[in-house]
Amino acid sequence: MSAELAEPASKIELPAGVGGGGEIPTFDVHLRVRRYNPEVSEEATWDDFHLTMYGTDRVLDALHKVKWETDGTLSFRRSCAHGVCGSDAMRINGRNRLACKTLLKDLDTSKPITVEPIKGLPVEKDLIVDMEPFFQSFREVMPFLVNKGHEPTRERLQSAEDRERFDDTTKCILCAACTSSCPVFWTDGQYFGPAAIVNAHRFIFDSRDDAGDMRLEILNDKEGVWRCRTTFNCSEACPRGIQVTQAIAEVKQAILSRKI
Amino acid sequence: MQVHKYDVVIVGAGGAGMRAAIESGQRARTAVLTKLYPTRSHTGAAQGGMCAALANVEEDNWEWHTFDTVKGGDYLVDQDAAEVMAKEAIDAVLDLEKMGLPFNRTPEGRIDQRRFGGHTRDHGKAPVRRACYAADRTGHMILQTLYQNCVKHNVEFYNEYYVLDLLTVEEDAVREDGTPYKQKRVAGVVSYDLASGELHVFQAKSVVFASGGAGKVFKTTSNAHTLTGDGMGIAFRRGIPLEDMEFFQFHPTGLAGLGILLSEAARGEGAILRNSEGERFMERYAPTIKDLAPRDIVARSMANEVREGRGCGPNKDYVLLDLTHLEPAHIDAKLPDITEFARTYLGVEPYTEPVPVFPTAHYAMGGIPTNITTEVLQDNDTVVPGLYAAGEVACVSVHGSNRLGTNSLLDINVFGKRAGIAAAEYAKTADFVELPENPLAYTTELLDIARNGTGDEKVAVIRKELQDTMDANMQVFRTAETLNQVLRDIASFEERYRRINVQDKGKRFNLDLLEAVELGFLLELAKVMTVAALYREESRGGHFREDFPDRNDEKFMKHSMAYKDDHAPADGSAESIAGIRLATKPVVFTRYEPMVRKY
Repeated sequence: MSAELAEPASKIELPAGVGGGGEIPTFDVHLRVRRYNPEVSEEATWDDFHLTMYGTDRVLDALHKVKWETDGTLSFRRSCAHGVCGSDAMRINGRNRLACKTLLKDLDTSKPITVEPIKGLPVEKDLIVDMEPFFQSFREVMPFLVNKGHEPTRERLQSAEDRERFDDTTKCILCAACTSSCPVFWTDGQYFGPAAIVNAHRFIFDSRDDAGDMRLEILNDKEGVWRCRTTFNCSEACPRGIQVTQAIAEVKQAILSRKI
Repeated sequence: MQVHKYDVVIVGAGGAGMRAAIESGQRARTAVLTKLYPTRSHTGAAQGGMCAALANVEEDNWEWHTFDTVKGGDYLVDQDAAEVMAKEAIDAVLDLEKMGLPFNRTPEGRIDQRRFGGHTRDHGKAPVRRACYAADRTGHMILQTLYQNCVKHNVEFYNEYYVLDLLTVEEDAVREDGTPYKQKRVAGVVSYDLASGELHVFQAKSVVFASGGAGKVFKTTSNAHTLTGDGMGIAFRRGIPLEDMEFFQFHPTGLAGLGILLSEAARGEGAILRNSEGERFMERYAPTIKDLAPRDIVARSMANEVREGRGCGPNKDYVLLDLTHLEPAHIDAKLPDITEFARTYLGVEPYTEPVPVFPTAHYAMGGIPTNITTEVLQDNDTVVPGLYAAGEVACVSVHGSNRLGTNSLLDINVFGKRAGIAAAEYAKTADFVELPENPLAYTTELLDIARNGTGDEKVAVIRKELQDTMDANMQVFRTAETLNQVLRDIASFEERYRRINVQDKGKRFNLDLLEAVELGFLLELAKVMTVAALYREESRGGHFREDFPDRNDEKFMKHSMAYKDDHAPADGSAESIAGIRLATKPVVFTRYEPMVRKY
């Protein structure tokens, strides 16, 4: 890759209709949201909302419209609103996705759009689940660099190839979309789950790290990687496009090939 | 009343808060309170890089970095602070690498570096490769790495605990010259547990504010929904001044209509801006470094192109970021996330189509005033013992009137670390300050007013109108007329705010209630920003007054300091506007004399 780029032209002819298509029209959506508030009732219910939405609106915009205009009690987490903070993973039309990254126009708006909390974690209120078990699994895989050598004065060297080896798993935003899409996790909450394994993978395959064996030992546990049934739900659910199932397979392979 | 006792309480778990926690947690009993989960903080949205004069790919040194920071801030930077930041930048990057941050690498295996706006070789001669990066998710990697190291060091977090009040006491004291004054001391904070709706008192010897910015005062913003300026608002209400609040950065390249950030790294990697004529218009505004001029200049140039009728699209209201001359493989390697944003949210393919962009409210240069040790100031010189601030919530001031790209990720690491060490060291010898009588009184009343309101006003409606007027009148171009319009609008919003009606009356995860409280902070801060902008009758960095288009060093080479003062008259006189009193603070000069700022 050359560092220097050719200087671009001062002026160019812009192609017609440049910068995306024209206006995307307004459309109506029927939002069906799973509601639960133990302060009011132990029963979960479905609430229906009919909304008029606009071209670039996402599911999060529809939820905000309900909360801000119709029903302030509707509760969900969100922060960055563009798919990097991981707050708003939810089950949209039966698939785990980030509400802020799912454009309404990409869904079938001729039918109701269902929105539910992610599965396998205790529901606290509406779309909010208890994330503590999820973060507990994350913390258990030693998700930090361990280096036993002398600390250099400058940076540790790492080749671009070695850096690339674990690039995919550095993208994880801990949104839990993968773990809560996993059928094994739904039935066995003790299973570490895909996200924890992804974060172990990120360090196991980092050439600077010295604790790979310890992490492999942790994941060789009966609640570790061997519970994975390779259903690929996790890879499909990941809003960051991480090849989660492949990462789990690489960890399995590493456990099998290492000398104990 | 639930009372927790810690040596150090850190408010906020973004980059500054967690960098502080890693230091403090190893020295003193530390708790971190965050209104989110740590990895949700907006540090994770930062993209392009973190500058440090490592000189890994070309000649560079920290003095050039200091100069660029001072000039970038249009000389309103405190030069002692900029020097600290540029010097300590090198260790800040190396610290992160040793903690595990996966920086992109050079062919030799060193940390790679790339160009960024306003960062130059030898005092402005040409762009320099100074930004260390991890693709275009450098902030994400910093946030993850710091959280990973907090896990490693068993840092104690209270997640989804909103801090709503700062507990202070005032003591009679006498200055060296014999004048009496009220010395503030910090006793702790009051926090609202989102899950249960219960209030908790955290008594602490040291409190570190690291709660981030207030971008949600604007409509078009790169900021998260949760960036409502809580920390600044709390401090201000408790008599701490806010410094340089008129300076807000508008990042040039937000996705048009959405405000989602497209990193300056795109231009660092060679992307350019074009108007509807296909012209590379930055050649006219900054002939030497063109598209890599600092953000205030690029944002203003873009807005000017649109104003003069050379905008693109059906409403001619944006310009284009052109990456089409770059190799797709290069884009994929260096800018994968932001090109994905263009595809996801606008349906534009950056390989072949230019991307519609327009300035987006991005960063508060101002904030809680601190010295270079991150100790909070209650006036120009007086430190509040035990109170610290770092990151966007603070004003140290390394950014002056315009922050250079990458210098915020640097700021949070350098001053976050300093805050963590200083807070813990202070706590080692200090005693707890006795809690004020009935420490929950203020917060209880604040919540009751919001919860029990029976009026007909909706929080979301007032917030939207606030954001609309701020976008229309307090953005890239300002005049006395537009600023006075904002103040009139805010006065009516404040009146309506007393009649809000929060629908959710429950205790559990009542975000409806918290949004009402957050709106209170937004209103307060928007007013401070606008009053300070009205007072500053000059143009400097991110603050551009069309009625005063030149920089005026004689009158305004000084920081503004806004104090909450309920006795300030409502007569609209220059230094006080209903409830706010403005003062000034000298700028610290060390090496550099102010010069005309050209690029």
